[in-house]
Amino acid sequence: MNASAAHLFQSQPNAARRSERATFWLFRAATYLVLACGLGVFGTIFFKGAGTVFKAEAPFINTTFFTEAPESLYVFEYEGKKLEMGDREFRAFKEKNPAAANVKSESYVYSAGGIFPCIVGTVLLVVGSMTIALVLGVCAAIYLNEYARDGLFIRFVRLAILNLAGVPSIVFGLFGFGMFVIYFGWNVSLLAGWFTLAFMVLPVVITASEESLKAVPKGFREGSLALGATKWQTIRKNVVPYALPGILTSSILGIARVAGETAPIMFTAAYVVRDKLPWDVAKAGDFFFQGVMALPYHIYVVSAKIPQNDYTERVQYGTAFVFLLVVALIAASSIILRNKLRSRYKW
Amino acid sequence: MVTAAPILMDTPSSASAKSSADKPTARPLTASVPSAAAPAGETLVDISNLDFFYNATQALHDINLKIEAKKVTAFIGPSGCGKSTLLRCLNRMNDLIDGTRVARGTIKIHGVDIYQSDVDVIELRKRVGMVFQKSNPFPKSIYENITFGLRLQGMNDKAKLDEIVEKSLRGAALWDEVKDRLDASGLGLSGGQQQRLCIARAIAVEPEVILMDEPCSALDPVATAKVEELIQELRSRFTIIIVTHNMQQAARCSDKTAFFYIGKLIEFADTRDIFTKPANAQTEAYVSGRFG
Repeated sequence: MNASAAHLFQSQPNAARRSERATFWLFRAATYLVLACGLGVFGTIFFKGAGTVFKAEAPFINTTFFTEAPESLYVFEYEGKKLEMGDREFRAFKEKNPAAANVKSESYVYSAGGIFPCIVGTVLLVVGSMTIALVLGVCAAIYLNEYARDGLFIRFVRLAILNLAGVPSIVFGLFGFGMFVIYFGWNVSLLAGWFTLAFMVLPVVITASEESLKAVPKGFREGSLALGATKWQTIRKNVVPYALPGILTSSILGIARVAGETAPIMFTAAYVVRDKLPWDVAKAGDFFFQGVMALPYHIYVVSAKIPQNDYTERVQYGTAFVFLLVVALIAASSIILRNKLRSRYKW
Repeated sequence: MVTAAPILMDTPSSASAKSSADKPTARPLTASVPSAAAPAGETLVDISNLDFFYNATQALHDINLKIEAKKVTAFIGPSGCGKSTLLRCLNRMNDLIDGTRVARGTIKIHGVDIYQSDVDVIELRKRVGMVFQKSNPFPKSIYENITFGLRLQGMNDKAKLDEIVEKSLRGAALWDEVKDRLDASGLGLSGGQQQRLCIARAIAVEPEVILMDEPCSALDPVATAKVEELIQELRSRFTIIIVTHNMQQAARCSDKTAFFYIGKLIEFADTRDIFTKPANAQTEAYVSGRFG
């Protein structure tokens, strides 16, 4: 038997084999392309934003950026040196050095200071709107999955939910503006932003909650009912706890969406700039009726509403970096909560 | 049966099981059972002229059956013959399925028609417990599984609960195997143990009737033997109705056997007679293994 002689299971190049390889590479290429896009986006934000967020000397983090409000940046030449200062720093500098009083400076709006009010605003918007969305969404999902009998009306409700998911976020913004800001007279406020954002993620929350409820085995319900539990007792003790991890998983996606949307909050909750922090209110009730600064809207303002230059680019990428960080942190804490629930209600 | 009639009624105290469960001073759960319990051999469940539909499909045709208290009654027959449907009528679990209805006839327990409008299904199910084909322990601890039904009824006395847990687990021949790990999840048990846990959970609320829907169909022969043994022990305290595909099982552990075929009750008699001298040719063909 010579070396070239084929054995029984010798592989042969043929059409099936070639298309097999081609398909494999097609799928692999698609996956890698997605990965490359992701890396491109995150890489740009990371490298450009890192310059703003971190600094060379200890403590290596630009704490001003995290703890201060935005201010204007002044760039000027003084005694042969080129200096950059924020608004307040520049004023103090001029008082100390009277000679600098009339120095010629260029100012760049929002390019100094930090974005603390935006971080606070975004966290408040996310927490409030997700709470509303989860309460409404889970209740609606329980009704649809556990109580409602399938009929024309319920099918219509489901269709409405499906359509709601397809509505552009700017339309939610307009709805919130008309409904909450004007008709309810809440003005541009946290409350108006919460409800607008909550309505925007409701379809996601309802659909995912329903799926999670469906995934709870029928035996849990039957076993409970057969022991003389009412329907509500069954749902409360033997269905919802086991669906919660799944519901939270879906709400993590909702968090990213709520945190990132700009259109719904631009008419309803977001201010371009605001001096007071949200807890700076005369009475507790005012808390809900104040507008806030928010990260995505701030990114929009510094990227599209002010003259562009190298100084504004810093704050743009810095804000984007922090924004990703905040979303990741909120998502991480819900993942931790979910995992805790999962190990408690394991099945 | 006049005195027993109100037990399933929708009385104010039981009108809302939720409110009664939340009140710490709910009725003592076993107090009314002994007074209503039927002596062995007396008719407890009386099914007459029952027609049952899934939407337009008739699943049961004119069923007439009297089930005696403190006896084991087996329902046998090929798949789709309606035996499980009938079983699930007895604690109205079919109510959970859309489009089901009793079109004609009655099911009386202690002389009360359980499908009449003022029956509280919750009260009914407390008295008519059920063990399912697929063992369904809750993903809670063994202890919590057993006490689930009791807590629903508002019992919170730890000492009493401990006592009932032990009694129920002993009753289900599971105590020795799990007494050291009552806090472990019920899902960690083997298939046979899980099914016995479900039986323990059912007997913990002291029902009168226990419905068993093919309780051994997912178990191996050893676990099956244990459950059958358990049924023998439980027959003195409970009325047991068991649906089974396994004719030997019916022969081994039941007193009475009902043979169903395509939604009709073909023959109902002492188990010995069904298997040795069936009156009906179809029954004979089935029990001798010629079809089914």
